[in-house]
Amino acid sequence: MSRKIYLSLDTTARSRGTDLVAAQVEKKLKAQPELNGKLIRNGSRGMFWLEPLLEISTPKGRVAYGPVAASDVSAILNQQCFDDVIEHPLCLGFTEQLPWLKSQQRLTFARVGVIDPVDVEDYINHDGFVGLTNALAKTAQQLVDQVKESGLRGRGGAAFPTGIKWQTVLDEPEQQKYIVCNADEGDSGTFADRMLMEGDPFVLIEGMIIAGLSVGANQGYIYLRSEYPQAHHILKLAIKNAEKAGYLGQNIAGSQHHFALEVRLGAGAYICGEETSLLESLEGKRGLVRAKPPLPAIEGLFGQPTVVNNVISLASVPYILTHGGAKYRDYGMGRSRGTLPVQLAGNIAQGGLVELAFGISLNQLLQQYGNGTKSKRAMSSIQVGGPLGAYLPSEQWDTPLDYEAFSSIGAVLGHGGIVVFDDTVDMAAQARFAMEFCEVESCGKCTPCRIGAVRGVEVIDKLLAGNNSEAQRQDHLSLLHDLCDTMEFGSLCAMGGMTPFPVRSALKYFPDHFVTPPLNHEDQVND
Amino acid sequence: MAVINEQGLQQIAEIIKQHQMLAGAMLPILHAIQNSVAFIPDNAMPLIAKALNVSRAEVHGVVSFYHHFRTEKPGNHVIEVCRGESCQAMGSRTLERAIKSKLAIDYHQTSSDQQYTLEPVYCLGNCACSPAIRIGDDIHGEVDPGKFEQILDALTTYSLELK
Ligand SMILES: Cc1cc2nc3c(=O)[nH]c(=O)nc-3n(C[C@H](O)[C@H](O)[C@H](O)COP(=O)(O)O)c2cc1C
Ligand code: SF4
Ligand code: FES
Repeated sequence: MSRKIYLSLDTTARSRGTDLVAAQVEKKLKAQPELNGKLIRNGSRGMFWLEPLLEISTPKGRVAYGPVAASDVSAILNQQCFDDVIEHPLCLGFTEQLPWLKSQQRLTFARVGVIDPVDVEDYINHDGFVGLTNALAKTAQQLVDQVKESGLRGRGGAAFPTGIKWQTVLDEPEQQKYIVCNADEGDSGTFADRMLMEGDPFVLIEGMIIAGLSVGANQGYIYLRSEYPQAHHILKLAIKNAEKAGYLGQNIAGSQHHFALEVRLGAGAYICGEETSLLESLEGKRGLVRAKPPLPAIEGLFGQPTVVNNVISLASVPYILTHGGAKYRDYGMGRSRGTLPVQLAGNIAQGGLVELAFGISLNQLLQQYGNGTKSKRAMSSIQVGGPLGAYLPSEQWDTPLDYEAFSSIGAVLGHGGIVVFDDTVDMAAQARFAMEFCEVESCGKCTPCRIGAVRGVEVIDKLLAGNNSEAQRQDHLSLLHDLCDTMEFGSLCAMGGMTPFPVRSALKYFPDHFVTPPLNHEDQVND
Repeated sequence: MAVINEQGLQQIAEIIKQHQMLAGAMLPILHAIQNSVAFIPDNAMPLIAKALNVSRAEVHGVVSFYHHFRTEKPGNHVIEVCRGESCQAMGSRTLERAIKSKLAIDYHQTSSDQQYTLEPVYCLGNCACSPAIRIGDDIHGEVDPGKFEQILDALTTYSLELK
């Protein structure tokens, strides 16, 4: 058997040069066939500052080297490296022993960065399709009950209990039903869906098949954003391989059940992450948000009962069916059960993916995993939960990662994206950008959002113009607050409804950024 | 809005035929057309409308709703610059100014030599290595003005080799 060498094909890992290193590895293996090595391109472990991370399989476990340049390959790859840890400045020891990784609770991401993402056999050798096998022996109601018991709540942002959503679809009379995976991952600062789809697409496919069995749906769609070309490529391959192996199509895994799956590409519209806009888009229309009711669970895609779930929600289901809902529920705090794949982004020395049970505080998380800012300056503001999430000042960093704890301070956990800013940030520019983003991405259906965002940008510009009397300043501020209220309470969906979150938090916790002369105002004038 | 010649139209008619049976075929058709001829020609819209049994206005409406679809022929390289918050935290505002000035174009514009089209994008999922840009299907991380110049040099060298 050949000896295995791993390099990631994950988008971010590739952006750091894994393809160049891979080419060098292939060259070396060709020149030295006696090494008997085989290169496997896998997902990423999520330690992006160490990419390109080269891993070599030894009888004692995988040994990690990183960050590796093409010019390092020759010195690392020799007969000894396949036996044990070797003396080399880039050798990090056994991958699984690295504290950053070892201390995580990787339930959903267990195989990401470990297996060959498009090899069905590798997936099965790592407990893949066990959940599906168990599911095939259960009734639809028993499956829904397992998911309810797990306490799983939607990871796309709204945190709605997945089991209850599935029950609604199951309770609809037998007819064409659909499973739609929301892979639009529009929130800036998030990449968990992308990493999962690139690193372990079969776990998502398995989750979608189980969802189909649970509610009586035989057709699934993955709505993937067009900004993810690599995930698209890998998903298509994975679906083809799953079909060949009998896990998709007619009589899945030899059962009486059928499930077909297709990937569909979005087209660069943030609003199409909102589930009803997504359904319109899948139907081939403009992504205008639908008024609810009716719920998609009752009248969804093409008017049929539809489960819409985020990638991570669906990818968590195989674990639940493998180990039982109660086991998943054991992780977490309060009403936030299980684990959250947190994404550390922005100005952070060790950016990457940290999957942990709910409950750890933001401070602990940053101390244990972040290693400070990349710029080596002080952290000053953290945006959690994407572009509609609040900016948190340092006094709020002791908040535990828990949906209710975040909402109690006017913030959201959302999809788990954590974007760190250092003390050079201009919070007035950030507030302005929140309004500008809403202006660009509003679907245009309702006035508070469509017009409010335009007015929001205008009033912030006036506020920062620098020639205001104190009375004028107060006028602009109170107009901005009124506008935020109108948007929050008058908008049809959370796009307009939550844009005030980043704006208000910036105003409230960083008021000195809104006084003139501004800190860095020339930054936004040219935008 | 730009149009395409007869030969291009035939190619598009073929693409439409291949996709029109899909449920919700509009976006798959538009993607396939743009992948093949780089934009959605104005004279392709009636064909799409007819195949999907919708009005031409509806096709226009869909094309204009989505940022990804373009109705003008782009430059040889489409450069997308991430404007998302994570990239902002790592200096993307400075980067975008440098890129605009280097290429002498603003967003949604194409350079006069037809080499580059510049577009904003809101997150490429590369936020652990911000700032990010995308050129074709390649995503580059930790880009600063200096690294951008290198990327651009590599692009030009590559296109020269092809000639
Ligand atoms: C403006 C807006 C954007 C959204 N973007 C996404 C997204 O990119 N991905 C996602 O999974 N959910 C997104 N959502 C949430 C979805 O509407 C929906 O709640 C989710 O897909 C349900 O799946 P879940 O219960 O598994 O989270 C968005 C919501 C809004 C209002
Ligand atoms: S709030 Fe904005 S995005 Fe949502 S429906 Fe209204 S206009 Fe559309
Ligand atoms: S915010 Fe720029 S890549 Fe995500």
